Amino acid sequence: MKKVVIGSKEDLPRLTGKAVVIDGVEVAVFRLSNGEVKAVENRCPHRGGPLAEGVVSGEFVFCPLHEWKICLTDGKVQEPDPGCVKTYPVEAEGNEVRVFLAEESVKA
Amino acid sequence: MSKKKLVLVGNGMAGVNVIEHMLKLARDQYEITIFGKEPHPNYNRTLLSSVLAGDTELEAIVLNGWDWYRENGIQLHAGHAVTKIEIENRTVFAEGGLSARYDELILATGSHPFMLPLPGADKEGVIAFRDIQDCETMIETSKKYRKAVVIGGGLLGLEAARGLLNLGMEVEVVHIFDTLMERQLDSEAARMLRMELEKQGMRFLLEKQTERILGKKRVTGLQFKDGFATDADMVVMAVGIRPNVDLARESGIEVNQGVVVDDWMSTSIPGIHAVGECAEHRGIVYGLVAPHREQAAVLAKRLCGVETEPYEGSVTATKLKVSGVDVFSAGEFRDQPGTRSLRIQDEWKGTYKKVVLSGNRIVGGVLFGDTSDSAALFNWIRNGQEMTEEIHASLTGQGDGGSDTGNAARSLALDDQVCDCNRVSKGTILQAIRKQDLKTVDGVKRCTKAGASCGGCQPLVASILQEELGESFDPAPASRTPICSCTDLTRDEVVEAIREKRLTMVKETMNVLGWKNPEGCPKCRPALNYYLGMIWPEEYEDDRTSRIVNEQRHANIQNDGTYSVVPRMYGGVTSPEELRRIADVAEKYQVRMVKVTGGQRLDLLGVKKEDLPRIWEDLGMPSGHAYAKSVRTVKTCVGADFCRFGTQNSIQMGIDIEKKFEGLDTPHKVKMAVSACPRNCAESGIKDLGVVGVEGGWEIYVGGNGGVHLRAADFLCKVKTREEVLEITGAFLQFYRETAEYWERTSTWLEKIGLAAVKKVVVEDKANRKQLLKRLEKTLQNRKDPWEADVNDPEARRTLYKVTRV
Ligand code: SRM
Ligand SMILES: Cc1cc2nc3c(=O)[nH]c(=O)nc-3n(C[C@H](O)[C@H](O)[C@H](O)COP(=O)(O)OP(=O)(O)OC[C@H]3O[C@@H](n4cnc5c(N)ncnc54)[C@H](O)[C@@H]3O)c2cc1C
Ligand code: SF4
Ligand code: FES
Repeated sequence: MKKVVIGSKEDLPRLTGKAVVIDGVEVAVFRLSNGEVKAVENRCPHRGGPLAEGVVSGEFVFCPLHEWKICLTDGKVQEPDPGCVKTYPVEAEGNEVRVFLAEESVKA
Repeated sequence: MSKKKLVLVGNGMAGVNVIEHMLKLARDQYEITIFGKEPHPNYNRTLLSSVLAGDTELEAIVLNGWDWYRENGIQLHAGHAVTKIEIENRTVFAEGGLSARYDELILATGSHPFMLPLPGADKEGVIAFRDIQDCETMIETSKKYRKAVVIGGGLLGLEAARGLLNLGMEVEVVHIFDTLMERQLDSEAARMLRMELEKQGMRFLLEKQTERILGKKRVTGLQFKDGFATDADMVVMAVGIRPNVDLARESGIEVNQGVVVDDWMSTSIPGIHAVGECAEHRGIVYGLVAPHREQAAVLAKRLCGVETEPYEGSVTATKLKVSGVDVFSAGEFRDQPGTRSLRIQDEWKGTYKKVVLSGNRIVGGVLFGDTSDSAALFNWIRNGQEMTEEIHASLTGQGDGGSDTGNAARSLALDDQVCDCNRVSKGTILQAIRKQDLKTVDGVKRCTKAGASCGGCQPLVASILQEELGESFDPAPASRTPICSCTDLTRDEVVEAIREKRLTMVKETMNVLGWKNPEGCPKCRPALNYYLGMIWPEEYEDDRTSRIVNEQRHANIQNDGTYSVVPRMYGGVTSPEELRRIADVAEKYQVRMVKVTGGQRLDLLGVKKEDLPRIWEDLGMPSGHAYAKSVRTVKTCVGADFCRFGTQNSIQMGIDIEKKFEGLDTPHKVKMAVSACPRNCAESGIKDLGVVGVEGGWEIYVGGNGGVHLRAADFLCKVKTREEVLEITGAFLQFYRETAEYWERTSTWLEKIGLAAVKKVVVEDKANRKQLLKRLEKTLQNRKDPWEADVNDPEARRTLYKVTRV
């Protein structure tokens, strides 16, 4: 597991996401309205839409291209659409937001 | 034993109906061959009126498609008229060298439209209204020509006239009598009908007899016997029909007015039968579908050896299929010696009801304006029902609290037909309501097709729903559509609550109004944000996170996550200097493509999100709002400055309009155009608001759409000055802003609210116009260019556009 500091909470916009490129991997980071921070891969399973650009409601994001609804906690696409996205553990402490990536997902 | 051979001549409504019955009664008894003169499968002729009026697609009126013939093993020769019957050899011969032997033969050749034998009737542009081809000719003609004259003020003529009006033509109806539809209506109903149709824009030349059709090759006008004349680019003759008996007569079958048949629909020659408009039964030729159905049922049973009562004639009822005009007539509707009648007229509501009694029996009637009693009335007439206190009370609306329409449905039997267009009975509708848990007229329409065509039976469908569901039936579900699945509230309820409870934030609104989903969704949040801004133009602080994604980034997101940049180019006018800047930016940021848009400006495509603020900064041009539900473009034509036909300075007018209203938030996008003459090179006729310069003024058109639901704009008014154009435009936009649902274009909104209402509020009522403009001004004052705002906001640049790389 690799831990990466991506900046402070204040850098994260509200109710939408922010794309962060970590060693070539695009991660979409979200600050929910309850203050929690979530991170998922920034690629919609439908047709690759950038999830970081989507509208956030509760713990869900709506893909900006065709509005598939995706849960940011478990990565599951909501019915009636199928599929799921990769989620990454996050720690938000003080002014630091840290994302954990499995080693193999980080490109050399 | 080999199957018997059945041949049907005429692939129309009556003939094929016989076959449909036979397939149900005894599938395998016959080998069936059908000849049809038209190159189409069996279609619903009565719906040609809806096709012409633009309410139905041609494909949708097919009753039995090509597959149906194949699946039922029927040999169809479409496009081959039968030319000869050899009775001795029991054989028919058709065009293209075809022939077929028969054991039983059915003639269902329908009728010919009657063409008045006037001098000039053979000119180009003189047609009838009978088949798909006529319909197509009228639609084509309406695109090239201006004015149509319909000869004949009966059912068919009026439906043709209404269709032609919808196609944008000027329409005059010539009628020989002084009242319309004299064969169905008494003079009072006819007068009310005429007034209503005049209101819709139809003009009438009554008591006029045509003497000649004028023109060289193509018709140019009509000359009447009284010396009067009128212009015409097209003449539609709808004066009546003649049973098509040519084939029968030549074959030696007994013919009078129509092919003479007995009570079993058999002609004078054994093995040959006739049904539909070509058949004459007891001296009567029926020109309506319902009696043909009864004839078809008798003949089918007879041919399949199923016992049946003889056909003894029909009582007929007619409805006019013109939207906004409900007319019904049946039986003996005229007063005669020995009859009495009940008459109720309400000139305020525009309704008229007349029920004719012979002795005490109900023998006929006319309904105008409100036809919800039609099914019940028709049943009473058919059954020769005696008038009772109860019936009287229901007719006069003094029933025991149950509405008239409730009564109308209750008196129907299960197999009574409710929808004549699609042949749906009350039983079928009830079954669908119960099985599929339907609650609305729309639902019934979707599942059974009842009410899906001319719409005339929708009130009756509603009353069946009412009867079945009782209290829980909501007769006006259209207005009950919630704004999204997060709430049960409708747009109007939400807007009212925002005003009343003085709600000022999206989150608060969802909270107070009990949203099921506390943070809303991409459908309701932008809507709420818009309504709040519209209601509190000065106080409301826009909630960027509640905007649609494109509006949050001030650019259109594309399939690969990049964006497009469309700067404003007022009226489609640019300059060498501006072009140079755009070119420089395109090169500097290596945009993937520079494209001219459909809105007369340039698009830089394939821009990375991070580059957006930098590009905007370098361009130094305002946003074109090509991504927003807001005022988009004002297209212009070159106009009087350059064009030899130009009457006005359309370019300047377009620039003025665009500068005045750019970036104004609206319920959906708004596109405008200004052309300097009716040639309309800026396509003003399909814009949300289109302006057309004419000698000495400007015409304004509204509600056009060039997108998914193509719609020609309606003429709103004509004004003289530039200032008036800006005023009417402003008032129109504000009225739309205040009353439309979010996500609703002006085209659908206009159809909902009605052109008359818009005319009244925006054009006629000057005080009201002032108020609208005053409210609009408050919103206009608070606009700022979104690109400039973000360029100068370091916080936005850092959080919204910057991509972090670690
Ligand atoms: C760029 C342009 C096409 C072009 O290359 O010419 C365009 C591009 C898009 N149009 Fe369009 N429309 C463009 C002119 C039109 C026109 C023609 C016109 O404006 O004269 C129409 C039909 C006219 C009309 O709207 O009445 C048109 C009817 C639509 C519709 C259907 C709207 C409707 O109510 O039926 C949509 C979908 C929507 O808005 O929901 C749409 C949506 C879109 C979107 C924004 C799709 C989206 O939601 O992301 C496209 C963005 C593509 C991109 O990658 O940037 N576009 N679109 C045109 C921009 C004009 C401009 O300068 O602003
Ligand atoms: C615009 C319009 C609106 C109408 N609206 C209504 C309405 O609202 N309600 C209502 O009850 N009625 C309405 N009618 C009347 C109704 O359509 C007719 O009464 C009905 O279609 C007659 O059916 P049919 O089978 O007898 O004739 P058609 O449907 O005319 O069928 C006869 C067919 O036979 C074909 N044919 C003729 N000669 C030959 C031959 N020698 N060989 C092969 N084929 C041949 C014809 O081409 C035609 O296709 C309307 C009619 C029109 C034109
Ligand atoms: S027509 Fe418009 S919405 Fe459709 S692909 Fe072209 S640009 Fe996109
Ligand atoms: S790409 Fe995400 S919904 Fe289509």
